[in-house]
Amino acid sequence: MTPSTLRTGLPARFERPPVSRAVLLVAAMAFLAWAFAGSGLDAGKLARGIPAVGSILDRMIPPSLERLDSILLSLLVTFQMAVAGCVLGLVLSLPLAVLAADGLSPHPLVRVAARGLIALFRTVPDLVWALLFVIAVGLGPAAGVLAIMVDTIGFAARFFAEAMEETDKGPREALTALGARRLGLIASAVVPDAMPAFVATSLFCLEKATRASVVLGLVGAGGIGVELKVAFDLFDYDTASTIILVVFALVVLVEQAGAFLRRRLI
Amino acid sequence: MNDVERTAVTTATWPAVGAEPAPALQVEALVKSFPGGRRVIDGLDLTVAAGEAVALIGANGTGKSTLLRMAVRLVEPDSGAIRLFGEDVCAARGRTLSRLRSRVGFVFQKHNLVTRLSALSNVVHGVQARRSGPRTWHQAWARRVDREEAMACLEAVGLADRAMQTVGSLSGGQSQRVAIARMLMQRPELVLADEPDASLDPRAGEEIMGLLARLARDKGLGLVFVSHHMEHAVGFSDRVVGLAGGRVALDRPAAGTDPALLEAFFDGPQATERVVPLRRVAMGAAS
Ligand SMILES: Nc1ncnc2c1ncn2[C@@H]1O[C@H](COP(=O)(O)OP(=O)(O)OP(=O)(O)O)[C@@H](O)[C@H]1O
Ligand SMILES: [Mg+2]
Repeated sequence: MTPSTLRTGLPARFERPPVSRAVLLVAAMAFLAWAFAGSGLDAGKLARGIPAVGSILDRMIPPSLERLDSILLSLLVTFQMAVAGCVLGLVLSLPLAVLAADGLSPHPLVRVAARGLIALFRTVPDLVWALLFVIAVGLGPAAGVLAIMVDTIGFAARFFAEAMEETDKGPREALTALGARRLGLIASAVVPDAMPAFVATSLFCLEKATRASVVLGLVGAGGIGVELKVAFDLFDYDTASTIILVVFALVVLVEQAGAFLRRRLI
Repeated sequence: MNDVERTAVTTATWPAVGAEPAPALQVEALVKSFPGGRRVIDGLDLTVAAGEAVALIGANGTGKSTLLRMAVRLVEPDSGAIRLFGEDVCAARGRTLSRLRSRVGFVFQKHNLVTRLSALSNVVHGVQARRSGPRTWHQAWARRVDREEAMACLEAVGLADRAMQTVGSLSGGQSQRVAIARMLMQRPELVLADEPDASLDPRAGEEIMGLLARLARDKGLGLVFVSHHMEHAVGFSDRVVGLAGGRVALDRPAAGTDPALLEAFFDGPQATERVVPLRRVAMGAAS
């Protein structure tokens, strides 16, 4: 068919933007300007700040190895905190995820409540949990473990629930049809099916917990963060750089180990 | 109830000697429609006697699967009565429903096995019809008697040598055998099979149907199976029941029925009445 025989005519390549879109654009610009105005960032501060960062970096090099053994020791505590909090969180995530999963939850109200709890755990930042637990159980790693546990639940329970919802409905139905109880159905059909997703989520949680455990010390919840804060407070920048380097090494190590395990287990 | 095990498949819960056993499945005036759809099942009556083998045929979408699924309440009926072994299915809930379901083995077209687990674990799951708890979840920590029985079930379907293989690595025919073994593990009294021969090659499909029919006959189980293969419908049943318009539109003994003649049933009700004499189902009539 030749173009001239088209009866409907060609549509324009670009539609003329409606007025509402122009208004939206102006509003978005104004919003951005407002956000920057509130941040107190200006050219003068940037001009003064960048050289200052440079001089701090200068004082950080070379890293001081003077307190290396005590730093490594508190790094170990940090990692223990991460592992303990993460495992506790993962263990508690599973039943909570079952209660929150569509089709597995015993009642819609239970499901809503479980989802709400998970959302609360997730939306409140880990540092805020750490502050709360420092008040509740006092300064030290125990508060950190509890904060990481809650943070892990907020993350893992949601993904566990989604993974279980996505499992094949067939085996579930077959077990229902043979008269199995809910728990049997979950344990023998849903959990095995969701296992790869559980493993992936768990390893990711461990990585996340390791990163989180480092900063929790800043609010007194134990671990190497305490050391970091003290080093900065005392202008002991070469010790701080050592701490940053060993933290970097730990996080990279955990991430690599996680990637390796993921490949092996899934 | 969990620990009370039914010992013999055929004699359990049957009335005393001399009394006529209750029909395995009894459906009366059953109606079912799905939201936004027409009535899929529209006043259906059907009785399957204990130990009887019935083939269910009908065009796509006539509600064969829906009927079988309603029998164990995987789908809720709108109205009508369904009785299994004389017990009201629609009134049952909780444990009563579980117990009724446990007496009915269901074989699915898609096998519905846990593909990441071994064949043996999947068969062990069948014991959940009688008992619950962690020892029914996986073969590795199952009771010795259960593992033995599960192996015997796998032997019965000719798959004992694949016991530890994951179901995901089995062929379609093998995996349907595992599903049948799980059904045997359940020690059912009635077997409902929804196109167990579909998605299998002609040879494997016939083997599966033959296996299912033979096991049901040997153990004296009732069997209702859906098949789109008329040779299977005639060859492996006592009675052929055809669904059309949400009701039983054809009901005749399998013996002496020409499969080619049944094909005509799919040309519409008029053609059916011309070719195959219709017979209304009498309550409780066995073939
Ligand atoms: N869960 C559901 N929701 C909505 N409609 C459904 C549902 N299940 C079945 N149906 C409809 O009910 C009708 C009967 O379906 P059913 O699967 O029972 O037919 P069938 O006889 O088994 O067909 P086939 O030979 O293709 O397996 C179909 O029209 C289908 O679309
Ligand atoms: Mg079907």
